[in-house]
Amino acid sequence: MSLTITVSILVSVIAAATPLLLAATGELVTEKSGVLNLGVEGMMLMGAVTGVAATLLTENWFAGVVTAAVAGAAFSLIFGVLVLTLRANQVASGLALTIFGTGLSAVIGTPFVGQPLARLPVFDAPVLSDMPILGPLLFGHDVLVYVSIGMLLAVAWFLNRSRLGLVLRAVGESHDSAHAIGYQVIAIRYGAVAFGGMMAGLAGAHISLALTPFWAENMTAGRGWIALALIVFASWRPLRVLAGAYLFGAVTIAQLHVQGFGIPIPSQFLSALPYLATVIVLVIISSNAARVRLNAPACIGKAFAPAA
Amino acid sequence: MIRLVPRQEVAPAMVYLSPVIALAATVLFGLILFAILGFPPLDPLFNFFVKPLLGPSGITNLLLKATPLILIAIGLSMGFRANVWNIGAEGQYTIGAVFAGGLALAFYDIDTPLLLPGMIVFGILGGMAWAAIPAFLRTRFNTSELLTSLMLVYVATQVLLYLVHGPWKDPDGFAFPETRLFHDAATLPRLWSGTRLNLGWPLALIAVFAAWIVMGRSLIGFQIRVSGAAPTAARFAGFSERRVIWLTLMIGGGLAGLSGMIEVSGTIGQLVPIISPGYGFTAIIVAFLGRLNPIGILFAGLLMALSFLGGEMVQIENGLPRSVGGLFQGMLLFFLLASDVLMNYRIVRVRTKHAQVATS
Repeated sequence: MSLTITVSILVSVIAAATPLLLAATGELVTEKSGVLNLGVEGMMLMGAVTGVAATLLTENWFAGVVTAAVAGAAFSLIFGVLVLTLRANQVASGLALTIFGTGLSAVIGTPFVGQPLARLPVFDAPVLSDMPILGPLLFGHDVLVYVSIGMLLAVAWFLNRSRLGLVLRAVGESHDSAHAIGYQVIAIRYGAVAFGGMMAGLAGAHISLALTPFWAENMTAGRGWIALALIVFASWRPLRVLAGAYLFGAVTIAQLHVQGFGIPIPSQFLSALPYLATVIVLVIISSNAARVRLNAPACIGKAFAPAA
Repeated sequence: MIRLVPRQEVAPAMVYLSPVIALAATVLFGLILFAILGFPPLDPLFNFFVKPLLGPSGITNLLLKATPLILIAIGLSMGFRANVWNIGAEGQYTIGAVFAGGLALAFYDIDTPLLLPGMIVFGILGGMAWAAIPAFLRTRFNTSELLTSLMLVYVATQVLLYLVHGPWKDPDGFAFPETRLFHDAATLPRLWSGTRLNLGWPLALIAVFAAWIVMGRSLIGFQIRVSGAAPTAARFAGFSERRVIWLTLMIGGGLAGLSGMIEVSGTIGQLVPIISPGYGFTAIIVAFLGRLNPIGILFAGLLMALSFLGGEMVQIENGLPRSVGGLFQGMLLFFLLASDVLMNYRIVRVRTKHAQVATS
């Protein structure tokens, strides 16, 4: 396998990993605050469809990206009201968000189905982009690729090094103690849910504006769920989320390239590969029960009701 | 200021009232939504909720669509009661259909009355086998059944696609990705001539009745309910968590597999690439809307079946996408979860701080 092919495969891995990384980074913050939002898939679809709609209507990709982020965040607040204010079951509410998002995005997207649009512009640096190997690996990606890595690093710093991050983790570990000290548990969780929604919106936008630049119903194809699995895989640690996203991106791309090498495997098996890989990885990680218990936020999935 | 105060006991009236409130809110928001989309709102709403039921085959179509929803939701509700989150019924349904269809194709040339019972058994076994994977992974490796069961939906879809595109493709089918049409011996009998309604519907009713007996009257039902409502108490009472996980996933998978068998044998008549409009996912809503109660699920299944027919109807009549059905399903579940708050909490008006200071 020649070097140029290797590099071009790596570049496509980066692209495929980006929506997973964006969505998982957002959901990581949500889960660290003690809230499990299973609506990632629905929020991504909302981001994908509003991103396409805004880009086509304004003919401006930036408006599309911003709209997707805002739509994702706004959509996540439906979930927020249900589980934080009304204290509904988080698993059921998250599922509802995904089902609702699938339906709503399809309805919104009807006028835009299949309309082609310009792919997100790529970032090229003069001279540097032409460097062998490093040039194509570091440059020539669309803006959301850089945003995804930047946001992950920012979240890693925020959770581990900032005061507000510490408070957020405290809320996720023990909401009663955090409340007793005087922190606004519900307000902090609203913020974390909205951030998760915003990032899922961006993840959707990356799929519909960069990976496959058009709108098709249900085009996220389970990536939102893979992002959720990725967080378990990463044991709720930001840098492992980064590694996990690229690993899953690689599996997705492998599916496209294996047949190119003339290996006689049915295409359907390869299409199932990312999902099988997710199951296997989940099994490996969760078989160590102690580690999951140690790393998972202790209050995840539990409703907070302040003692009167 | 208002505040939510937990009730000592669940308000009994709200258990039945909150689905009604949720449905009313969904219809209201549906009106608003259609208005926003630029339709005279009453027309699509009529087409969605009423028109599918008119005409000679309206009710039959409703029962036909409700059959898999009710069967699957009955199984899922037992799991949900025990906090076992099987959300991959769509995959168990698919593999059930594959197992049953495979048997029908294997005995394609043999006309025997035993084929149909065999297909029913195979359908159930197929669903169980697919549900056994998350059950095994959960009990052996502590892996969340929620994510694994869902991932396996995508895998099951690919299994079906592989078979109908590959080894099971109809040799005389002009390269269409379909299997051969099942023979009469492999087709579920119609209830009476001139209807599309088949033996599946009575099977669904039997499942409702059986679940009602099991959940309400048997020790196993009691164990399932306690495991979900009070896990610690269940452990002290010596109920095996492992057993409840296996049992609920096997029932859920088995009923989903049976639905898959009913659909391909009774309604479709062959294996094709798409054999479900999302029954396995909609059944999750059916289970919640029916309050995880068998009788409730019966009514919820009929209502959600209407959302499929309504989606098709507004597509034909108003040019709206069929996924409007999914939209209504999601909205209904939202409003149900929201109005459930009234079941578990009292809404109390609290005086503001100033008022409190003044009175103290």
